[in-house]
Amino acid sequence: MSNMRTLIVKRAVKEIEDGMNVNLGIGMPTLVANEIPSDFNVLLQSENGLLGIGPFPVEGEEDPDLINAGKETITTVPGASFFDSAESFAMIRGGHIDLAILGAMEVAENGDLANWMIPGKMVKGMGGAMDLVTGAKSVVIIMEHVNKYGESKVKKTCSLPITGQGVVSRLITDLAVFDFTETGMELIETMPGVSIEEVKSKTEASFTVAPHLIEASK
Amino acid sequence: MSKVYKSFVEAVSDIEDGNTLIVGGFGLSGIPEKSIEALREQGTKELTVVSNNCGVDDGGLGILLANKQIKKMISSYVGENKIFEQQYLSGELEVELTPQGTLAERIRAGGAGIPGFYTATGVGTPIAEGKETKDFNGKTYLLEEGIVGDFALVKAWKADTLGNLVYRKTARNFNPLAAMAGKITIAEVEEIVEAGELDPNEIHTPGIYVQRVLQGTNYEKRIERLTVAKA
Repeated sequence: MSNMRTLIVKRAVKEIEDGMNVNLGIGMPTLVANEIPSDFNVLLQSENGLLGIGPFPVEGEEDPDLINAGKETITTVPGASFFDSAESFAMIRGGHIDLAILGAMEVAENGDLANWMIPGKMVKGMGGAMDLVTGAKSVVIIMEHVNKYGESKVKKTCSLPITGQGVVSRLITDLAVFDFTETGMELIETMPGVSIEEVKSKTEASFTVAPHLIEASK
Repeated sequence: MSKVYKSFVEAVSDIEDGNTLIVGGFGLSGIPEKSIEALREQGTKELTVVSNNCGVDDGGLGILLANKQIKKMISSYVGENKIFEQQYLSGELEVELTPQGTLAERIRAGGAGIPGFYTATGVGTPIAEGKETKDFNGKTYLLEEGIVGDFALVKAWKADTLGNLVYRKTARNFNPLAAMAGKITIAEVEEIVEAGELDPNEIHTPGIYVQRVLQGTNYEKRIERLTVAKA
């Protein structure tokens, strides 16, 4: 894992509290699972019909009837349950999932999120992302702050088609952590060694700085 | 009349060109492999297929795509399939992308006799275009319509001779919903037992939804992404 991803993942795991039911998106969010404190009772949900995802199976014990939403072979933890897809999204849409940690292509200052398509390229589909961002009690987005061209992914408005309107509760990047409130976007933390000026220079969106801004610990 | 069929060829023989099929499975897990193969052999065309995914290039529903039997797909995620991309970009294949939870509920609703329902999913996004909205308690919701299929193709673990079904682990996924929403539901399973041998407490799909049940053999159950713990 790159340093940037390690930093983001280690910060993201602090969003998880003991007793929560959590959905982790495909890609970088999946890595958060490895960092959850072992004394926490946290159940991870998989959209395809499992509450209680366990670690990857040991070689030879993989089961084609037991996969996660990324189609990877997995195991279950004690106390896990299986259900159908309608039930799975009843949990999600019905507000029974405490926290969703998802990746993104763009986040806008009003909390809009874009993470499902790039026009002109192949459209793969939104999968469960639109339901998750609408239904989970809290939606935390983790992503790199700028794209490979150095352009801010934290925008005034999303340039890509959105996944949900005003759905982001908190954004964690390799530079900073922001909250989305009634009054707009607020910088609440900077990553180790990152100045407010650097965050400002690499962020297209407007934001305020929290009075009690903290620098994240290494 | 027995629901138990011996031949997949016979079970799919009345699926006609232009029919709508609701097909269970998530990725390649819990897909009705044998019914899909029989349908490819039969060559039925112009199908509208409702399924969360469309298989891979050489597996699952992908084999019907490759054989140009599908006219339209209603799915939530189709990113595993190059033939899909080619046919979509060339205009041969029509695609209706539907959020996964909305798709599941549309199928469930169809099977439950509910023609439409409201959900907040997708409000303000491209999928809301052209859809009716309604506010409840100050929040906006989209009207989404239930889906009913001419046929449903489902895969379960076990069945009894009355078509009661039990699924295994996450291979359940969309299958119980698909089973409800087919005018004729064809369920393929790994084992058929006599009525009374399944515990009524543990049946996932009551046989009332299932018109035809078949036992398949040599299930491939391909794993899409093998991931194992590091030793």
